[in-house]
Amino acid sequence: MLLQQFVNGLTLGAVYTLIALSFALVMGILGVLNLAIAELFMIGGYLGFSVITLNLPLPLAIVAGMAGAALIAAVIEKIGYQPLRDTPVVTPMLSTLGFSIILQNVATNIWGSDPLQLPDEFLGTRYVIGPISISSMQLIVLGATAVLVAALAYVVQRTSIGRALRAVAENRDVARLLGVSASRLTLLAFVLSGALAGAAGVLIGLHYAAITPYIGVEIGLKAIAVMVIGGTTRIWGALVAGPLIGIIEVMTVAYGGSQVRDFVVYGFMIAILLLRPQGILGGTQGGQGQRV
Amino acid sequence: MSTYYAGLFADAGILLLGALSVYIILATGQLSLGNAGLMGIGAYVTSYLTVNVGVPITAALTIAGIACGAIGVVVGFPALHLKGIYLAMATLGFGEMVRSFFLNFSPMGGAGGFHGMKHISVGYIWAWAGGLLIVVMLLERSRVWLEMQAVRDDETAAGLVGLKTTTTKVAAFGAGAAIAAISGGLFAHQFVYIEPGNFGFERSIDFVLAVILGGSTVAPGALAGAMLLVLLPEMLRFLADWRLAAFGGLLIVVLLVRRQGILDRSLFRLVTFRSSPT
Repeated sequence: MLLQQFVNGLTLGAVYTLIALSFALVMGILGVLNLAIAELFMIGGYLGFSVITLNLPLPLAIVAGMAGAALIAAVIEKIGYQPLRDTPVVTPMLSTLGFSIILQNVATNIWGSDPLQLPDEFLGTRYVIGPISISSMQLIVLGATAVLVAALAYVVQRTSIGRALRAVAENRDVARLLGVSASRLTLLAFVLSGALAGAAGVLIGLHYAAITPYIGVEIGLKAIAVMVIGGTTRIWGALVAGPLIGIIEVMTVAYGGSQVRDFVVYGFMIAILLLRPQGILGGTQGGQGQRV
Repeated sequence: MSTYYAGLFADAGILLLGALSVYIILATGQLSLGNAGLMGIGAYVTSYLTVNVGVPITAALTIAGIACGAIGVVVGFPALHLKGIYLAMATLGFGEMVRSFFLNFSPMGGAGGFHGMKHISVGYIWAWAGGLLIVVMLLERSRVWLEMQAVRDDETAAGLVGLKTTTTKVAAFGAGAAIAAISGGLFAHQFVYIEPGNFGFERSIDFVLAVILGGSTVAPGALAGAMLLVLLPEMLRFLADWRLAAFGGLLIVVLLVRRQGILDRSLFRLVTFRSSPT
């Protein structure tokens, strides 16, 4: 039972990790909370659903979700972030909120406000390993997350684009003096973050086998908590915080009643903000100062 | 006045108070995304007092305001460590915790909500909303307000010239919390039914939106923002299913072309025919 909950928590945590990474890419590099990520995730989920219901292969669904969300993220960057780059943090945050209102409205009008559901037999095969029963859907969610995180890690850590991104995150002005095109990289950060959110949307659609236009807000707020717990300036903290929150959530639902889970998660987030603002993974507090 | 318009004006009055609660905290440079949580506490405390204890509404609102102001001060102290977007995220977490608390708090109905309050008139709501707006506008002409502005503009410099920045910031949180609580109490007695879902993240965002759209540098901006936020979706009704999208688009346009919000100091002077202090 305990191990089973552990596996379920890990699957949920995998999706949280992806969205938290998506938030952290924009937050860590630009210091902006992009609230539209929650809805990009929802739109990605719907696009993936549409592809799946056309009986096309699952990888194509994930790619469609990523591409759609990345494209919208690029539009958001051009209209909602770039002109407001030098304003206080609240202004770009509210303009991304404007986009999230639009996206939610568009999704409700296109797909309706009732949940769309996947057919029962879709990916329903379960494998029993000792005391644990794991469905092929869960395996796909975990596998796809691992692949995406590895790809992101490669881009950020090993390529010249990634080096430029890290340079802008460290100090935007110095990076520009050294010849890094900050505006191009801002766009890239938004696109990467959108693609991750889109993929996460498809995966959560598989996880719940259903999707509604309102899924973004609930999961999105939770993902912000995951990002904070992992540390906002070190994006890889989400790799630890995502599974941790997923497991804590599933465990509190299993042993403490479903209603206390949000209380626990957000309480944990506030404790981290107050006691360990650099996130559980640690590192120095040095990066904290200049972005606030 | 028809019931329809009475309802809209009541909404606007409640939203005005919510917006003022954000405005006061924002005046010291702190952004709170958790004021709906404080509003929720106020709504539950007021309703408990009027329904279970039998306290008259005005007294109940006053008690809830004072109690919530104290909670605001308690919340404000740890918040001193946090700035900017980090404070925003912490207050967001606080709001969600309050919502989650009332979901589990069965003495006040838990997820099923709480009812039994007596309906109040629009006039009563606006007596509070208008009264508190005037109080904030008077505060804006005082020395205290200058100190708040100094803390917002440069906290270190304000501290160096001897201003008590900690007191100012915590007091702003307390005052904001008290106003949010009154807004919640009025909300509870306008809709005569409350549930934890009423006081979620979206409502906190509504408060911030009203302040930013209406104008974040003058108190009447909160009034303009609250009226706009309530009336605009009604005026856009001809767009049917697309009116929220239009609203989101307008929000982006306003942020792009008039970042300080609709009302600012110069426009406000023009409207009130007051000469500029040059």
